[in-house]
Amino acid sequence: MLAYIVRRLLLSVPLILGIVTATFFIAHLAPGDPVDLYLQPHRQVDPEVIERVRHDRGLDRPLPVQYANWLTSSARGDFGESFLLHRPVREVLAETVPYTLLLILAALLVDALLGISLGVVSAVKRGTRLDRTVTLGSLVLYAMPGFWLALMLVLVFSVRLGWFPTSQATSLDYASLSGPGKLLDRLWHMVLPVTVLGVAGAAATARYMRGRLLDVLGEEYITAARARGFRGWTIVRRHAMKNAMIPIITIYGMSLPLMLGATTIVETIFAWPGMGRLTVDAVLGRDYPVILATTTVAAVLTVLGSLLADLGYAAVDPRVSYDGPGN
Amino acid sequence: MLLSVRDLRTRFELDEGELWPVNGVSFSVGTGETLGLVGESGSGKSMVALSILDLVPAPGRIVSGEVDLGGEDLLSMSGAAKRRVRGGEIGIVFQDPSASLNPVYRIGDQIADVARLHRGLGRVEARREAVHLLGDLGIQQPEKRARAYPFELSGGMRQRAQIAIAIAGRPRLLIADEPTTALDATVQAEICDLLKHVQGEFGMSILLISHDLALVADVADRIMVMYAGRIVEVGHWTAITQEPRHPYTKGLIGAIPHLGAGSGSPLEAIAGTVPDLTDLPDGCPFHPRCPEAGEDCRSAVPRLQDVGDRLCACYRVKHTEAVT
Repeated sequence: MLAYIVRRLLLSVPLILGIVTATFFIAHLAPGDPVDLYLQPHRQVDPEVIERVRHDRGLDRPLPVQYANWLTSSARGDFGESFLLHRPVREVLAETVPYTLLLILAALLVDALLGISLGVVSAVKRGTRLDRTVTLGSLVLYAMPGFWLALMLVLVFSVRLGWFPTSQATSLDYASLSGPGKLLDRLWHMVLPVTVLGVAGAAATARYMRGRLLDVLGEEYITAARARGFRGWTIVRRHAMKNAMIPIITIYGMSLPLMLGATTIVETIFAWPGMGRLTVDAVLGRDYPVILATTTVAAVLTVLGSLLADLGYAAVDPRVSYDGPGN
Repeated sequence: MLLSVRDLRTRFELDEGELWPVNGVSFSVGTGETLGLVGESGSGKSMVALSILDLVPAPGRIVSGEVDLGGEDLLSMSGAAKRRVRGGEIGIVFQDPSASLNPVYRIGDQIADVARLHRGLGRVEARREAVHLLGDLGIQQPEKRARAYPFELSGGMRQRAQIAIAIAGRPRLLIADEPTTALDATVQAEICDLLKHVQGEFGMSILLISHDLALVADVADRIMVMYAGRIVEVGHWTAITQEPRHPYTKGLIGAIPHLGAGSGSPLEAIAGTVPDLTDLPDGCPFHPRCPEAGEDCRSAVPRLQDVGDRLCACYRVKHTEAVT
């Protein structure tokens, strides 16, 4: 198992390198110059100043040289300094990545709990009004664009009802709150963004889970379990669920990159101080060091997600082993 | 009688029409008896087994009949009482163990679960019982095999494991539905011996369902022959195999290959094919394939009648005194 994990991680190095390289050249080939953007408000700027800024940031060197420099320094863990924030990228990442991970993990939890339970209920109560309601509801939620759902939630629950904050991760008086108060404040701010991120996934999970469970419930070993005298829910829980979960785990592994993409929108709408919003700001401001760093982080997270899914797969399905001969 | 099935009828309503895989079936199984149920594929044998357990899959439905087990009709029991019977009073072994064993649980756990459910054993006891049963059923290194998953075992071992699950609740009746069909010929004989062994050890009755008359004759005390949802002949195994009287049974006996019967003699086959159950002929369902069919066979379905040493459903078979 350990050998497999090491091998997978080694194999992911060229993949991440490829992603980062592509990002580097796409970012630089895109029209627009960070220095122009940076200096635009001042209009009449001494060309010498422009040249100096350009030189300080290494932007006057040929692209391959810039690429090589970036690669060697980032391999040492130095992602350079943000053009916009004038702070080391590593510091900025350390501040924003935890916020994004928090959002994604909470959304995955909502996705799993809500999606799996709705899918199971829907399959067990197949053909009933409940099943049809869940099916219709999940289709509507799945088809709904995330940004629109986010704006509607803000409109209804923040602006009209005032139940949840419109944006940010904490209240203004956060520092003065007690320990439990701080936790509650954070959870309160998470409700809307996590709902937007988790609900679409939950809708998809419910659909997959329903279909998969119905397949499994039609298997002969389920008839056999009934013939052995087990009761309905025991059969679903103990005999069918584990089999039905196998493909769902694969789907979760693939959902991580989708979630990372979705956080850029959700974090921007909710002014969530995470990596997604940072990336959007960096792209708009041609902040190359930040773009490259967040892409690298996203690539690493994606690779780890799919590795975790494969390991989870082996944990659930005894027929999958990474230790057998040939590995 | 341990089990009495009376006038059992199971209907399927399909788009093509309705069909009756079990169409007025009555029989009984005595304590410690082995009853064989023989018929071609599609004759309704397996549906008899599922109907006895009230597990007919949709869109099928048991329309009428009784499944009497020790004076109580299983079909009118409560759900909880039915579940006590399933696995606890009646155990079943299915044809293909690779489909009927749960792929993601260890063999030992699947056996132990049934022992816990029906015999109230504790976790440790049930576990020990699982290993004991596997060993008793001729599996080498039973502790190790109990920890194995179904895919790690051979076909023969899987079928032994399935038998262990079926008897883990100490049922009084064991239904074996084509228990050897999915196995190699050499393993088939072992599984048959095992069924006899289990019966001797626990004194249970067996309903052995198979298309293979030779195999059934080897194990069963009495044999029932089924055709198109109906029982056509029932009798002692010697009567059925030595002196078949229903034309269909005669055809089945004639179709058994004999070793050394002379390489020149062609294997006899029953003319025609099993009828489409949604479109049965009027009268005796066997008459289009029957060499002895007459005009009367086309008019009404012959009833299963006592003809002396057996029951037979054929207008050509008249009552005779048993020649013993």
